[in-house]
Amino acid sequence: MTASTVVAKKIVKEIKVEIDKCTGCRACEMACSAFHARPRFSSINPARARIRVVVDEINDEYVPIRAGDYTPSECNGRHIYKIGGKEYSECSFCGASCPSRDYFREPDSGLPLKCDMCESIPPLEKPWCVQACLPGALTYIEREETREPRPQEKRAELEGGLESLVNKFGQDALIEALSKMTKGH
Amino acid sequence: MRYSETGFNLEINLTRGSIEKVATDPDTAELYLGGQGSAAKILWDRVKSGTDPFSPDNLLIFSTGLLHGTPVPAANRTVVNTISPQTNLMSHSLFGGFFGPELKYAGYDKIIIRGKAPDLVYLYINNDKVEIRDATHLRGKGTTETGDLLKQELGDYKVQVAAIGLAGENRVFMASIDHNHASAARGVGVIMGDKRLKAIAVRGTKDIHVARPAELFEMTHQMRRKIGESDGCGDWMAVDEDDSFHHNHFAWGNARTRRKDFWSAELQERWTHLKYDHMDRQTGCFNCSKKCRNVINWPGKPRFAYKCFGKDTYHMAAFLELDFSFEILGLAQEYGVDSYSTPQVMAFALELLEAGILKDTDFPDMPADNRGRFFYLLEKIVRREGIGDILADGVSQAAIRIGNGAEAYDHNTTKKFEQLPIKLGKLNPAYFLMIATGEKMSITQIEGSFPQDPLPTREQREAFVNKWEAVPDEKFKQYFLNWEKRNEISDQATCDIVDWNEAMHYIDDSIGLCGFVSSFRGQFGGGVAYHMNNIPQIISLATGLDMSKEKLWKCFQRIRTMVRVVNVKRGLRRMHERPPEDHWAVRNEEFEQKLLDTYYQYKGWNKQGIPTRKTLERLDLEYVADELEELGILKTEDEFAPAQPVAEAATA
Repeated sequence: MTASTVVAKKIVKEIKVEIDKCTGCRACEMACSAFHARPRFSSINPARARIRVVVDEINDEYVPIRAGDYTPSECNGRHIYKIGGKEYSECSFCGASCPSRDYFREPDSGLPLKCDMCESIPPLEKPWCVQACLPGALTYIEREETREPRPQEKRAELEGGLESLVNKFGQDALIEALSKMTKGH
Repeated sequence: MRYSETGFNLEINLTRGSIEKVATDPDTAELYLGGQGSAAKILWDRVKSGTDPFSPDNLLIFSTGLLHGTPVPAANRTVVNTISPQTNLMSHSLFGGFFGPELKYAGYDKIIIRGKAPDLVYLYINNDKVEIRDATHLRGKGTTETGDLLKQELGDYKVQVAAIGLAGENRVFMASIDHNHASAARGVGVIMGDKRLKAIAVRGTKDIHVARPAELFEMTHQMRRKIGESDGCGDWMAVDEDDSFHHNHFAWGNARTRRKDFWSAELQERWTHLKYDHMDRQTGCFNCSKKCRNVINWPGKPRFAYKCFGKDTYHMAAFLELDFSFEILGLAQEYGVDSYSTPQVMAFALELLEAGILKDTDFPDMPADNRGRFFYLLEKIVRREGIGDILADGVSQAAIRIGNGAEAYDHNTTKKFEQLPIKLGKLNPAYFLMIATGEKMSITQIEGSFPQDPLPTREQREAFVNKWEAVPDEKFKQYFLNWEKRNEISDQATCDIVDWNEAMHYIDDSIGLCGFVSSFRGQFGGGVAYHMNNIPQIISLATGLDMSKEKLWKCFQRIRTMVRVVNVKRGLRRMHERPPEDHWAVRNEEFEQKLLDTYYQYKGWNKQGIPTRKTLERLDLEYVADELEELGILKTEDEFAPAQPVAEAATA
């Protein structure tokens, strides 16, 4: 077993949101609901979209958020973020489908909606919300992420190493060496 | 299954407090498309000719466009129609934003309001739940303030609100209906106020289906990219800081004074800073990537947004600078007044004071400076206090009420409606016809497809026509290629151009498209996204109707005719079809009247500008001819002698 086989790599799909570029046009919502309609594109309904632009004209707040996980309970407190002189509720950035608001629920069934990054076969070049965002507030980024091996992988590596030491020096010699080392501490 | 439309209207009677959901005739879309088209038909059918605009029997109709709620980009302009107390004619008004699509998602194509509530109410529409609710707690609240309060009250930030401000509540004729930062002008806010309807809040979570999904989505996605990338769409004034066009060529004050050398590089630099130092962002309307609205955060004033010429009207009326417009616009928007007509009314009042027709005693405690005077007049008008009560009826009717020679100062209206402050030299024949015969009251709602001016060289004109996709017929390319001097163009070409310009507005206002990607924008550069050559296919894909260019043109003619007969029934005649006498310095009454004759015949109208029986029958409107004859309005003696040459229609 070599080090390279235990360092995992995966493709991370990200949508960069530049809120200063958002014009609040909600084309992202329109396109999302069309893509997820069955048959595809057969109906439009922003309430079914898995992206929502949180708009507050009075405070000049325009934040596209993406449907995340369902949660059965509300937060027990919320942050208020002050960015560039403007105050944003934590909810403005939160994608959860939660009891405190009716975002990201199927309007008919009430079941939670979650963004799937427009997963389809064959895969799309980029999700539809990004394709529909001409003002450039949404940018799709794919990047390769390497991640640290998980504990069970480390354990497997450790056991493999010990086995080769036993093979080379014998079990008794190894135990003696380990016991000396631990006494030293 | 109905595609693209919901197939239901909401009928609200505010006197009785009744709410009905009424299925609509499936044939309406094929005949009148939707929006203003089907609204005109309802006004014809249901508002009797003698109905006073302030009668409970007057209707206030909010219409979605046929394509609202579909993937078609920039289909988002809501149409509001009623009978205006200022003109006693059909009010035509539009506002952008999100209201129309949301209404579609709630399951309605139109809201038709009749009657009057005993006190202020608002209408809450949440899909199938529709309620008339008390709004006395919103009395005197600003337009966007009302929207914000209703969102809080309803606990739903996704409702879309259209509201009137103090001006509408007090039945000011220039009152607007405002939605977010969009505004419906031209005589609708006053009727909403008269009906004691403070606001409509709508939330919808239903599907809008389209007939041929994959094709429509693909086509409209390409369209979205084209609109986004094109400088032939949207409001170029949102990005071009050189506004010499309006300041040097339009008239200041009460549409009087040209300041041909006003603009300078220094001014442009200063104003650009003024704008960007106070601008939060530029925003758009539903499903359109253009950023036409500039959101301004002026210290100590409510945040507001403007687009296009709307930023110039107050300071040009007051002979001040941009900072004054920025200072007053937020307040004016909250009060809910039309930024095109209101400053003219104020400048008119100050001119009367200067002329001694109005006295200092008519303006108690008015400040001495223009800045202070405009704020003073705004407060008086929106409250209908003192002289403000008279001025709140608009220039034409105020002039009559003031008398004593005031009528002479009402020099910039047509059909009793304030026109854009434009005073030019030589007559432009197409503009003569558009202003004379237009029923959308503002030239911006009539002009737009054919360029305003010829290009100087043949090479430039050739380059222009070679990429001109929007023409409904090749003959327009020939007209443009051979056009060298503004006022030298054949009558046939003039008629065709006016007809095409009008056609695009009547279609846009029925299917819900914005003029900045269609009817208004082609005159500047030609490169619009929507035109007669692609709209039929889009309608077909969205609705399942078998629409063609010929059928669409006939729809335009039918809708145009319906608007005309609504107004004819209320008294519109040839004598009202006159642009302001000083619109051009050089006039030729004989030429103008002859041109009007030619155009009336081209349209199939009689000498009084009334559609003939033959025209009405061709457009499936025999019943209109019958009624106009019964009323004694349509008379054979008004018809043109058949020997007169009749120009051909632009297409089909």
